[in-house]
Amino acid sequence: MSKTLVEKIWDAHVVKREEGFPDIIYIDTHLIHEVTSPQAFDGLRKRGIPVFRPKQTVATADHNVPTLNQHLPIKEELSRYQVDMLTKNCAEFGIELYGLGHPYQGIVHVIGPELGITLPGKTMVCGDSHTSTHGAFGAIAFGIGTSQVEQVFATQCLLQSKPKTMKIEVNGTLQKGVGAKDIILYIIAKISAAGGTGYFIEYAGSAIRSLSMEARMTICNMSIEMGARGGLIAPDQITFDYVEGREFAPKGEEWDQALAYWKTLYSDEDAIFDKVLTFDAADIAPMITYGTNPGMGMGITEHIPATNAQPESERPSYQKALDYMGFKDDSTVLGNRVDYVFIGSCTNSRIEDLREVASFVKGKQKAQDVEVWIVPGSKQVEKQAKEEGLDKIFEAAGFQLREPGCSACLGMNEDKIPAGKYCVSTSNRNFEGRQGPNARTMLVSPLTAAAAAVTGKVTDVRELI
Amino acid sequence: MKKFETLTSQVVPLPIENIDTDQIIPARFLKATTREGFGNNLFRDWRFDSDNQPKADFVLNSPIYSGKILVAGKNFGCGSSREHAAWAIQDYGFDVVISSFFADIFKGNALNNGVLPIQVPEEFLEKIFELVHQNPNTQIIVDLEKQTVMLTETGDQFEFEINPYKKSCLINGYDDIDFILNQKDLIESFETTKKW
Repeated sequence: MSKTLVEKIWDAHVVKREEGFPDIIYIDTHLIHEVTSPQAFDGLRKRGIPVFRPKQTVATADHNVPTLNQHLPIKEELSRYQVDMLTKNCAEFGIELYGLGHPYQGIVHVIGPELGITLPGKTMVCGDSHTSTHGAFGAIAFGIGTSQVEQVFATQCLLQSKPKTMKIEVNGTLQKGVGAKDIILYIIAKISAAGGTGYFIEYAGSAIRSLSMEARMTICNMSIEMGARGGLIAPDQITFDYVEGREFAPKGEEWDQALAYWKTLYSDEDAIFDKVLTFDAADIAPMITYGTNPGMGMGITEHIPATNAQPESERPSYQKALDYMGFKDDSTVLGNRVDYVFIGSCTNSRIEDLREVASFVKGKQKAQDVEVWIVPGSKQVEKQAKEEGLDKIFEAAGFQLREPGCSACLGMNEDKIPAGKYCVSTSNRNFEGRQGPNARTMLVSPLTAAAAAVTGKVTDVRELI
Repeated sequence: MKKFETLTSQVVPLPIENIDTDQIIPARFLKATTREGFGNNLFRDWRFDSDNQPKADFVLNSPIYSGKILVAGKNFGCGSSREHAAWAIQDYGFDVVISSFFADIFKGNALNNGVLPIQVPEEFLEKIFELVHQNPNTQIIVDLEKQTVMLTETGDQFEFEINPYKKSCLINGYDDIDFILNQKDLIESFETTKKW
């Protein structure tokens, strides 16, 4: 029978399927971090059981670590306690930890791929909704809650109903100045913040195929922002070339066997998806969000849709969002003041993102009143950026290159945007207060963020390149 | 997990759409390492101002509305996977959340903690909001066994869907881990057959 890629991987991981019950699904790799794991470890202690497969579990500290002076003890008491707790729990239960100070430390969704832990055909979970990032390799990867973290600790399995499948095809060639972040913001704006709920999305089409692995990760990363459980892209030569030679990737004969299997990982030609959507890459402009959910996005030169053009029942929520942002409907955000620029997060903090920003800002200066933070996704990204001299370019431009972590994406550490301030951000969520109480977030690509940093206002980057 | 029993309660209306888990519990309150106490910060930034004073216009601070049932606009619980959102809702005292649409992860997290998410049609949700607006003492009966939610005042009733397995978990107060742990032999034998 013909199968979609999701079905192929899912079916290969079913431990038990029984009518009336969710499937018992085997999880190959479990990634954990300091925020959503402590209660799960506690649960194990209460039950008096160990982590069933500690070698299939990898930990890092990312969500609330400081991004300055990481060599010093964490100043904030609760954050320090939570990070210390992770260290203690990992030692007690035999889990490898890439904690602060370790050369592999970084955002959990950045280090998995760069270490070759993320591989095609795997099932991967993490107590973090952006686990969908790993789908870029042709893996089934999704975020889970802490009770499920405990479940995977205890059994290396999850009880899960098989998801519906959706294919999103993007065909054609992107305009100059438009990248992966714009593609995904465009799709979310088209289908809304709930449009993917209940589905696993496979991204396909020539525009997706032509993307690098890091760009593909940006796409899959934001699948959750339309409610989808996960998103994935069939592996191809670009995937295999990226994976080969990485620290934990299979080697020698194992590599050959793995590669042979990975080459079977695609949706059969006549496989049936529950839903199929098609978009034209040429229609996509640099995108920006104007509201308080990622579905409230538009091409950067467009006008904010009118409140009375919204379905009647949705108008109060819509207007509330615009009021929060300090925007009027039917107006443009071009030229709007920008106070902060944040370049980072599991969406856009990889070396290609930093290179793209550096190549744009080389020889330019940030606008006077803008504060610009660049937070690399991992120690390895940071090291690479320095080896390539990107740090010098950022420094000359007045950008601050900080140390790795989730940082201002969610403002759990000190990296918060002050109330009322506008932040142009390469992260993934523009929810109320996400970057700090009453902070106003506009989501954009790294290139658009770099343009805003230089001009001090919302800018169409196409005019500067 | 405690057992879920038939519930008759007033409701707290929150007619806002796309309520994400950052609103339910902002990230800066996720630093606790236990499951308790998150109710104090439920809807923190909507509930309190920057001086930590209750905002009079927010429904949780209103003396008019109370109860164990939260009724919210569509796509409730979107965003972050933080289970702290379900813990905060439960810790505050809600046993049921009614909406016309739930985000997946939140729904799963709620069920895993004995909080029942009930999805109802848009019109039914509107009816609840309207009735509660007219009469804040409106009562709702949630019968999990029969899978019904009923407005006592009008007799309007809706039969909701729930996975039969999750239903039995809620009614009996057991969780997925108990269920899977008992089948560990199957997992071990699966591991020997896996190629990748």
